Amino acid sequence: MFDFSLFTNWIHSFLSSFMPEWLTITTECVLIGVALLLTYALLALFYIYFERKVCAAFQCRLGPNRVGPMGLLQSFADMFKMLIKELISLNHTDKFLFALAPYLVILASMLAFAVLPWGNGLQIIDFNIGIFFLIAVSSIGVLGILLAGWSSNNKFTLIGALRSGAQMVSYELSIGLSVLTMVCFAGSMNVGDIVNEQEHLWFIFSGHIPAIIAFIIYLIAGTAETNRGPFDLPEAESELTAGYHTEYSGIHFGFFYLAEYLNLFIVSGVATLLFFGGWMPLHFPGWDGFNAIMNYIPGIVWFIGKAIAISFIIIWFKWTFPRLRIDQMLALEWKYLLPINLFNLVLMVLIVVYGIHL
Amino acid sequence: MEVTTKSMPYEAWKDNEYIESLVKELQENGANVVVGSFDKLINWGRSNSIWPLTFATSCCGIEFVSLGAARYDMARFGWEVARSSPRQADFIMVAGTIVHRMAPVLRRLYDQLAEPKYVIACGACAVSGGPFKKSYHVVMGVDKIIPVDVYLPGCPPRPEAMIYAIMQLSRKIKVEKFFGGVNRQEKQEEFLKNHPIEGVED
Amino acid sequence: MADIQEIIAKLFPQAVFEEGDILTVEIPDAQWHDLAKTLRDNAELSFDFLKTIVGMDWVEKLGCIYYLTSTKYNTNIAVKVTTEDRVNPAITSIADLWHIAGMYEREVYDFFGIVFLNNPDMRRLFLSIDWKGYPLRKDYDASPETNPVPDDNERQSDFTNVYTRDADGKIECHEERIFAENDFVVNIGPQHPATHGVLRFRTAVDGETIKKIDVYMGYIHRGIEKICENLTYPQTLHFMDRLDYFSAHPYHHCLCMTIEEAAGIQISRRAQVIRVMMDELSRIASHCLFIGTFCMDLGATTMLFYALRVREQILDIMDKTCGARMTFNYECIGGVMQDLAPDFADDVRALLEIIPKNLKEYDKLFTGNVITKNRMEGVGVLGREEAISWGVTGPSGRASGWACDVRKTTPYSIYPELDFEEVIRHEGDSMARFQVRMGEIEQSAKILAQLVDNIPEGEYCVKVPKVLKLPVGHWFRTVEGCRGTFGVYLESDGTVNPYRLKLVTPSLPAAAVVDTLTRGGKIADLITIGGSLDYIVPDIDR
Repeated sequence: MFDFSLFTNWIHSFLSSFMPEWLTITTECVLIGVALLLTYALLALFYIYFERKVCAAFQCRLGPNRVGPMGLLQSFADMFKMLIKELISLNHTDKFLFALAPYLVILASMLAFAVLPWGNGLQIIDFNIGIFFLIAVSSIGVLGILLAGWSSNNKFTLIGALRSGAQMVSYELSIGLSVLTMVCFAGSMNVGDIVNEQEHLWFIFSGHIPAIIAFIIYLIAGTAETNRGPFDLPEAESELTAGYHTEYSGIHFGFFYLAEYLNLFIVSGVATLLFFGGWMPLHFPGWDGFNAIMNYIPGIVWFIGKAIAISFIIIWFKWTFPRLRIDQMLALEWKYLLPINLFNLVLMVLIVVYGIHL
Repeated sequence: MEVTTKSMPYEAWKDNEYIESLVKELQENGANVVVGSFDKLINWGRSNSIWPLTFATSCCGIEFVSLGAARYDMARFGWEVARSSPRQADFIMVAGTIVHRMAPVLRRLYDQLAEPKYVIACGACAVSGGPFKKSYHVVMGVDKIIPVDVYLPGCPPRPEAMIYAIMQLSRKIKVEKFFGGVNRQEKQEEFLKNHPIEGVED
Repeated sequence: MADIQEIIAKLFPQAVFEEGDILTVEIPDAQWHDLAKTLRDNAELSFDFLKTIVGMDWVEKLGCIYYLTSTKYNTNIAVKVTTEDRVNPAITSIADLWHIAGMYEREVYDFFGIVFLNNPDMRRLFLSIDWKGYPLRKDYDASPETNPVPDDNERQSDFTNVYTRDADGKIECHEERIFAENDFVVNIGPQHPATHGVLRFRTAVDGETIKKIDVYMGYIHRGIEKICENLTYPQTLHFMDRLDYFSAHPYHHCLCMTIEEAAGIQISRRAQVIRVMMDELSRIASHCLFIGTFCMDLGATTMLFYALRVREQILDIMDKTCGARMTFNYECIGGVMQDLAPDFADDVRALLEIIPKNLKEYDKLFTGNVITKNRMEGVGVLGREEAISWGVTGPSGRASGWACDVRKTTPYSIYPELDFEEVIRHEGDSMARFQVRMGEIEQSAKILAQLVDNIPEGEYCVKVPKVLKLPVGHWFRTVEGCRGTFGVYLESDGTVNPYRLKLVTPSLPAAAVVDTLTRGGKIADLITIGGSLDYIVPDIDR
């Protein structure tokens, strides 16, 4: 596989040849920031378009097809409009917290981008507790949602925020445990190491039943974590109008809207990383010819392709299932997913200890 | 300058006088290149992304649901993102009769919409009171309470007519100017000044 | 009928009897509550279903006509209670005997200003607190100056009124709180995606649990009953399209039937068959839309689009014959407006072919889903007695085990000749209400299959006089609409205009019962229950 670190190292040495070190690092940070923001925006716009098309296909419709070729520019038009739409300032709200909330939400998803393994050597930061960092930053999002609901001074948003608080705190547990299961299997918290471990076979294949259970639980919990149907209670349209972001307009609402899709990408990205080998091509031990062909496809395509495939499943959930009720949703987590998860973790530990994996 | 729409012949817009008068006004005032192209970009975004507010009082609302369904599929134009919160919507399709008790509510919804906001009076009841003209409790046309951009007759209008109406709205947005000139905001403010509602903040 | 009269006459010698098409009893207000209690509790009478309360203004006096039905013996009775006081009219309330009576009395109070003593919640129902006058009184000042379009937010009161008569016979009014003082009250509606229109619930919640719901109606009250009083009979017809716009055909059918019966017009068999076919087609379309919107309320948006496909096909059939997609104005006095479109029968056959397939698909997609079951089973259980007392008819009533299908109890048109079953379930929960409707689609398809090959030849509309005058009298007829029993009370004074046209709609009881069903449930259950009761707001408000 092509190692992007060659390319990034070249940039680094090129820049440091005529700049002092502090300036080099600053320039690099700015470059990375710009690249990140661009990817972020483009991905979100793509996802919005993608979901609208997919849901249209499920519903025997066409979906956006008038703005630009095949409607590709539809979400760009939406973004333009949202950028210049009025930001309504409300009386009787906590102005600072009200304005802070959308940034917190978007910050959480942006930080999580830093450790995703986009390709070989194409990772913004690769440090030894990458997975830990990922889980930590993704839980900032709930803070933003709680703040949004609270500071809006509106009963609907308050109920939405409390729902989402209960939901995210509960399901974080399942995500954490299923990630822990896989970390236990990989033997490392370093994102790069986890990907490299899967060079010969992805974890979903090599991890036996516990890996599959962990994946299913991760997928369910991930759907809940991103507030998507059937777990979209915090913004349940038919119950709470628009949930915690009822009072937000313009680009502030846009941030919530984007963050929803970006979280979807992050959840599927992490699933890719933990179960489907990150940017690693599909390899099977012994099938050398097949493996060689697979190597021709660049890693970044593998990563994004796998992430989109998993997102497709999550979108599929949303447009198929009815919504759960709040008590049923919490019962699902605490009565079913959590015990299964704990049991699964023990099973995984046994497999690792006795070395009976592939 | 003609206000065109993708794959629609210009002749299909039978009654063009209003839009053409707007275009004329736009050209007379003129604009410099930078502002002009910005206007174009903004109007492209706005006119292609008109999100409705989920608002229906009666029969017309059901036709609006049909408009979203597979046969008419308003998603093609990007109108399917119906927002339930008025802060995030772009236009109200006043689908159905508005009665006295509902009037302040409608006005409040309109005030809650974020700028730029538009109104389509959909159906005979919303346009003029329709078959309930003689009723003691029906508002004779929503233009008594809020400024209306497009009037759509019919009882209820067929979904095709609704598509036509929203396309007309889209054309109207295309000749807007961000600053001054053909700015509908001024007309709107004038309207609101003449139709004050106490207890509702503008 | 004679023995009912005997029983009443023995206990209440003051009662005056009038033999019409049903037995009518006139009773002074002082005995009214006792009579009502006897009518309900006497084992030989057991009039347990209050169909409606018709408020009346006969100029010299005001009053109410109560239409009661016994579900046990399938007998009907009407009771007339009047008062001559136009300034402070008062009648004793029967809200403690029939649950729904409280709502109907509020409606009469709203329209006629008759105060019901001891009613625990005597507020206006459709009009706002500050409305001046009582619109259905004959001397109402309808000029827009009395009640201009409000330029202010509606005044809100946390109190309701209770009127009682004190020892000296004077009427006293005292206020009572609607909610407890420290309740967290969430306002749901009138603009809310789940209320199916502009209904408003003020909901007291404790966390996610609902403590009490106060239903506000009238956000689409259009005063159809009053407008009709100034129109000729054919002109009143088109309003039937705009009440419950999904059961436009059955509603038309009902009013046409009433007028035809009053005028003594016999319509041809072809027209009868066409009317019944249209009724059943609209029943299928309506239930399809119910499935769609109900599933959408539960969060399964995709089902809406699947269900709407069938509805579109039915609308096409209607479009070809009636020329409109929703407001058809098809049935007219004497038959139907136009003849059937030439390919009507073929279209119906094509529809009948796809319906079983579609029902199977819905079952597979939705009913079998474990989340659906959890959301619907055991949610909003309405018992049979409760359903009758609340007057919840139609599919919702039948889901509670109450055989209330008018097509079976008091058959009209050609229904007696047709072979179909009344779908009844006994669970009374949201799932049962959903499944009854699924079953009814099948039954309607069965009726259509019997008729589609046997549409008789003949004229589709008989000749009726251009200026139609009805004889003096009053008539009350019911049909089975898509949502339940729809009734028309028509009183004629011999002119070309109806003296009073009262529309009894099934959605009002359905909306009234929401409070009882949701107590103790979650906010999400409110959506399930509201969806499964399937009320149409313009049908409530009229």
